[in-house]
Amino acid sequence: MAKQNRFRLDIWGWITLVMLGVYALFLIYPMLHLVRMAFTGEGGLTFANFVKFFSKSYYSSTLVNSFKVSLAATATSVLVGVPMAYFFTLYRIRGKKLLRILIIIASMSAPFVGAYAWILLLGRNGVVTNFFSGLFGITMPDIYGFNGMLLVFTTQLFPLIFLYVTGALSKVDNSLLEASQNMGCSGIARFFRVILPLITPTVLAGALLVFIRALSDFGTPMLMGEGYRTFPVILYTEFVGEVSQNKGFASAIAIIAILITTTVFFGQNIVSRRNSFAMNALNTITPKPMKGLHGVLVHAFCYIVVGISILPQVYVIYTSFQKTSGLIYVDGYSLDSWRSMFDKLGRSIQNSIILPALSLVVIILMAVLIAYLSVRRRNPLTGAVDVLSMVPYVIPGTVVGIMLLTSFNRRPLLLSGTMAIMIIALVIRRLPYTIRSSVGILHQIPIAIEEAALSLGSTKMKTFFKITVPMMSSGIVSGAILSWVTMISELSTAMILYTGRTQTLTVSIYTEIIRGNYGVAAAMASLLTILTVISLLVFYRFNKDGDVTM
Amino acid sequence: MSKITIRQAVKRYGDNTVISGLDLDIRDGELFTLLGPSGCGKTTLLRMIAGFNSIEGGDFYFGDERINDKDPAKRNIGMVFQNYAIFPHMTVFDNVAFGLKNRKVDKPTLQRETERFLKMMQIDEYAKRLPQNLSGGQQQRVALARALVIAPDVLLMDEPLSNLDAKLRVEMRSAIRDIQREVGITTVYVTHDQEEAMSISDTIAVMRDGAIQHLGTPREIYQRPANLFVATFIGRTNVLPGALGGGVLSLAGGRSLSHDSWRTLPAGPVKVSIRPEEFSIAPADAPGLEAVITDSTYLGRSTHYTVELGGEKVEVVEESSIDETHRPGDAVRLAVKCREINIFDVAGENNLLRGERHG
Repeated sequence: MAKQNRFRLDIWGWITLVMLGVYALFLIYPMLHLVRMAFTGEGGLTFANFVKFFSKSYYSSTLVNSFKVSLAATATSVLVGVPMAYFFTLYRIRGKKLLRILIIIASMSAPFVGAYAWILLLGRNGVVTNFFSGLFGITMPDIYGFNGMLLVFTTQLFPLIFLYVTGALSKVDNSLLEASQNMGCSGIARFFRVILPLITPTVLAGALLVFIRALSDFGTPMLMGEGYRTFPVILYTEFVGEVSQNKGFASAIAIIAILITTTVFFGQNIVSRRNSFAMNALNTITPKPMKGLHGVLVHAFCYIVVGISILPQVYVIYTSFQKTSGLIYVDGYSLDSWRSMFDKLGRSIQNSIILPALSLVVIILMAVLIAYLSVRRRNPLTGAVDVLSMVPYVIPGTVVGIMLLTSFNRRPLLLSGTMAIMIIALVIRRLPYTIRSSVGILHQIPIAIEEAALSLGSTKMKTFFKITVPMMSSGIVSGAILSWVTMISELSTAMILYTGRTQTLTVSIYTEIIRGNYGVAAAMASLLTILTVISLLVFYRFNKDGDVTM
Repeated sequence: MSKITIRQAVKRYGDNTVISGLDLDIRDGELFTLLGPSGCGKTTLLRMIAGFNSIEGGDFYFGDERINDKDPAKRNIGMVFQNYAIFPHMTVFDNVAFGLKNRKVDKPTLQRETERFLKMMQIDEYAKRLPQNLSGGQQQRVALARALVIAPDVLLMDEPLSNLDAKLRVEMRSAIRDIQREVGITTVYVTHDQEEAMSISDTIAVMRDGAIQHLGTPREIYQRPANLFVATFIGRTNVLPGALGGGVLSLAGGRSLSHDSWRTLPAGPVKVSIRPEEFSIAPADAPGLEAVITDSTYLGRSTHYTVELGGEKVEVVEESSIDETHRPGDAVRLAVKCREINIFDVAGENNLLRGERHG
């Protein structure tokens, strides 16, 4: 039966209209405003901003730089993530559960914290750098620019590929592997001829997501890019630039960014839909023990990759306990960094809890309603809500910040500098996580249960809150935690929107790093990591399979 | 409690008309079954009565009240679903009490009525449990208690037994029948299982392609099916080509039958439906139709024979006897209970032995 419902103006019809209104005000209007700013100059309609961007290599080279580093990061993420997922599925690996959690922690922490830690380790005055040059006179490869960004992006983003591919491999039936072995194809040949073709669509989907993430990341290139300027950096400096602010030009760059990321995203959707195989494993692949050198090598690979990925977090926590004198680390340990952190935090720790918490309330409410609309009330209008809700997922955070700030800085829509604008930004950017997980669980709830409630005289709203929502709760909670984790580590939007009153923990960390207060920054970053880890542990309590996707 | 009247019901999905102009009268207090193969529109019709499917045309009445635009929550129906649709996060008691709570019944009544139906369905000992710990049959009892406790005007059941194993199905069948009689509620029951329909119903409507083929008691439908589809869908039968003329029915291979009641029927080619038990096998020298046994299957209480009759293979059922009386290859005579067999027009659309036209 085709489940297309006609639009009716019942309670769900009204909710659809309200949601459309919300997105019209906080997404479509800001986007149109951005377009208007980009195309208006002193003499009315103009293409000057776009001409300027593409004609001056100072600007257009950032696009090339962004693409280069993002493509390279995508390639390395695939090269690390796919074998990792393959080993995890096929072999019995010691400490697999712990490794898995560490991989997820690595992917969930703020990228710029990773960047900062790598500077401490491998930077000009880094521990490892000094160690090697002092001992052997070896000069380590330069961590700034392309190399460092590639390292940070890879350690941060290969988990996406890993999680996607492990998911796909769990749907490959073991008998396919046995059949190919039976016909004389095993080992590496089997991987390339049987397994890889089956998971290629998934790899592509994951790769494109990695590409978008790398392209939109702001904190990493700001900290370690130096001469290697990327797109989000130029966008930020043009927008907040102290010397020459050019809002029209920044808007033009923002529009180019939106066009690129949405094209890639919809390309990803088409590619993965067209090439996906419907697979469902009756017998999933059971991991086998390994013997001899083979086992040692596989273990070494997994442990080294996870070790490198988690190293920044561990090292940051370590340095937070190091003694500092002024701005430099000295020998010995102390809690001074933590002490002075609490002096410096001001409102930012509160803000980093309160803003995401308030946003989460709105997110949960909107997500369950939107999920319900898009699953149970399919029609063109709810379809529009569904698509609109996914758009902010692929727009770089800097762009979202600029869009909102420029649209709501005048009466009657004066929101700039308020907590409200920060919450709006967090909500529209992080809503998709909770929507997707709510949609997922709603698909598993038979509609007959709701019909049973209706037939027993329950109203539509009562049915929704008393029957549907309680049954969806596990999906809602796991999505909400993902939204939460990504909100507490969010930097790019906050950098645009924050004021003294609404400064968040991530912004404080960033500013302390820029000021060179490494000890305090380390303490703050440790606090952030601890918050993240606690949140993820809560997530695991609610979601036993640990399917962190997106 | 009320009768259900449906006039000129129309159901469309997009451009696809599933039901066009269906009329139906369901009497007060009867157990009415919609029976048909999957995709015949029986569940669609049931869900239109329940209010979960939109109605594209026609009128639906409970008693004298038109309910087309009435909210499902206000139709006062009890519904039992194929997968039970028990609320998994509520105890058995809360599941059953759910409808009463929505009706804002006072506490003592709620307690009393819920317990009465838990007891009636023999699930009172599970009242405090969560439904996931119950067996399929027990869940079905919860669903039934939940539907009945609100004293609905109409009880709707959508293939309620199809998820149960064979033995439990037979047990629940009689439980449903007993409860329905006891409560005396107008019930519409949907199933594709003809044996289930026969055993439980006061009236059966056999449906195909969104239209009612035959409406009648189980006995009428089996013995005098309205058309060849109903004859073949309900029970097993042999369909043979033939020709009528002057009270004589000529079959293939020069064989013929005659009966007085056939004299008034119009002459011409016909389709004949003879059920396996309407034949009986007689020795080769007895009167009857000449035939040869080609195969036999011993099933304990009965034995099924495949018999060649004038070039056609027919199925014959005999009660088993202690000796193996007929072997493949034996020439025999087939006697036919002529009063019981059915004769259809050559298109199979009308039963010539029924007065009126159906379908």
